[in-house]
Amino acid sequence: MPMTIAQKIIARAAGCEVVQPDDVLWADVDIAMMHDSSGPRRIWPALERLGVGVWDPDRIVLVCDHYVPANNVAAAEILQTTRHFAKAFGITRFHEAQGIAHTLMVEKGYARPGELYLGSDSHTCTAGVLGCLALGVGSTDILGVVTTGRTWLRVPHTIRIRVGGQLRLGVTAKDLILHIIGDKGMDGALYQVLEFTGSAIDALSIQERSVLTNMCAEIGAKTGVVPCDALTVDHFASLGVDVEPGPFSDADAEFSATWIFDGHAIEPVVARPDRHDDVVPISDLGGPPVSRAYIGSCTGAKYEDLAMAAEVLRGRRVADGVLLQVAPASRAALQQAMSDGTAQALMDAGAHLLSTGCGACPGIGAGVLAAGEVAISTTNRNFRGRMGSPDSSLYLGSPYSVAAAAVAGSIVDPRQFVGGNP
Amino acid sequence: MTTSPISGTARTFGDNIDTDVIVPGKYLVYDLPEIAKHVMDGVRPGFADEISHGDVIVGGRNFGTGSSREMAPRGLQAAGIAAIVAKSFARIFFRNCINVGLAPVECADADLVQEGQTVSIDLAAGRVTIVDTGQVLDAVALPEEIGEILAAGGMENYLAARLARPTS
Ligand code: SF4
Repeated sequence: MPMTIAQKIIARAAGCEVVQPDDVLWADVDIAMMHDSSGPRRIWPALERLGVGVWDPDRIVLVCDHYVPANNVAAAEILQTTRHFAKAFGITRFHEAQGIAHTLMVEKGYARPGELYLGSDSHTCTAGVLGCLALGVGSTDILGVVTTGRTWLRVPHTIRIRVGGQLRLGVTAKDLILHIIGDKGMDGALYQVLEFTGSAIDALSIQERSVLTNMCAEIGAKTGVVPCDALTVDHFASLGVDVEPGPFSDADAEFSATWIFDGHAIEPVVARPDRHDDVVPISDLGGPPVSRAYIGSCTGAKYEDLAMAAEVLRGRRVADGVLLQVAPASRAALQQAMSDGTAQALMDAGAHLLSTGCGACPGIGAGVLAAGEVAISTTNRNFRGRMGSPDSSLYLGSPYSVAAAAVAGSIVDPRQFVGGNP
Repeated sequence: MTTSPISGTARTFGDNIDTDVIVPGKYLVYDLPEIAKHVMDGVRPGFADEISHGDVIVGGRNFGTGSSREMAPRGLQAAGIAAIVAKSFARIFFRNCINVGLAPVECADADLVQEGQTVSIDLAAGRVTIVDTGQVLDAVALPEEIGEILAAGGMENYLAARLARPTS
């Protein structure tokens, strides 16, 4: 029977020849991830009540990112518990203040093509960029996984997205995925897997592709996947890991829908405050003024995001009355940005550099918003109060658009700064 | 499946109720009893004080969208909510409900239920009855594999039973 990537991965993990959409079954998990907020602080007491340890310490990734750096004693204690857990259970892939979990999973290639990966965070789907089935779950789900190595699943239907042509200069993966979410709505792919294909996807870097899989959470999808191709193979080769292209969906596999987009027609867009599916072209927006521009999160503060912002900011200054803050998604991203002048360009333009971590994105770390503030951010969610006061307003856009707003003092088409054609 | 029928007063909400409004991020640093005092603060401040034990939340489409925070269903449960009926659920929220032992009931006609009506839920059969009017609404029956976890009172109890029998 022809199968999609998702079916193939689940079939292997469940030890079945074939699986059909809507089958409910138990499957073996290849790799699991928890972070400081959803991990040890929530599951350690349960492990003690159950009197069990972890299934395989080498297949668990543990990351401190949400509460890094601690800005109060309660947060410091959450980090301490996480650290103690790593030691107590011999977790080798433990990273504190090295970067945001989803960014590290991709950078370090912890989830491999064809694997079943579960993480206790809704943006676990990011790693689908590596051709694995990456499923976000909650804490007690991950408790089941780390104690038994197994989980229950409903086999999903898959929607194939085909983006033809090429994205134009000044238009990014962030604009593309926001466009798709705006078109289909925040529950447009509920329970389904989104598989990204087409020439515009092929042409994107791994980091840009990961913005697409990251924001599958914002369209209700179970996850997103980009099939492992030559670029993915190269990414793993740079890490000293040998992988083959694939798995691929069979040509005659059953997709619940095929969504077709023209890469060439995508414009710089933003999502308007409170709803990430209220997406409009910047050219139709009327240039609302902003007081804050934020470049951060697993979605929008990888090295290439910082480089895009620097492209706009080089030789320019952040406008009076705007605070531009940059929280790199990983230390590796910051290091690369420091070594090639990207960080210098950001600082010269007047950016305020924040610590690596989730920062203000979940409304926990540094850089949160006051009532009445209007911000534009490279993050992925703008639910009311997400980044601070319930009375703040948050637009979501690409790193180009955020940097352009910082320079102009209002939300403007970024293509005027990067030589693109509006 | 041995989940017993649930019946309670409906408390209605709209579409896309997200976990940031169910339990705002700033409360996540606190323990469950404190979190329970603030559930739904993002859409209906003071809601936690209005809940009577056993009330049923009735929502629209995509209930529980957003972050994977399990404190969202746990907070509602600790505040006294007995079940959540919605037109559809965000998938992680749905799983989290099962795992904490709070029944998620997918019912396409959930919008027919009005605030304050009494609803009774038969999970195994996939049925929601509006007791006030006698109207019976179809709901999605839970697959047995999942119903077992809910019937055990959540994943931890389910695991406790299984881990105690290493041969299973
Ligand atoms: S950066 Fe934001 S979206 Fe990404 S893991 Fe952290 S809190 Fe979640």
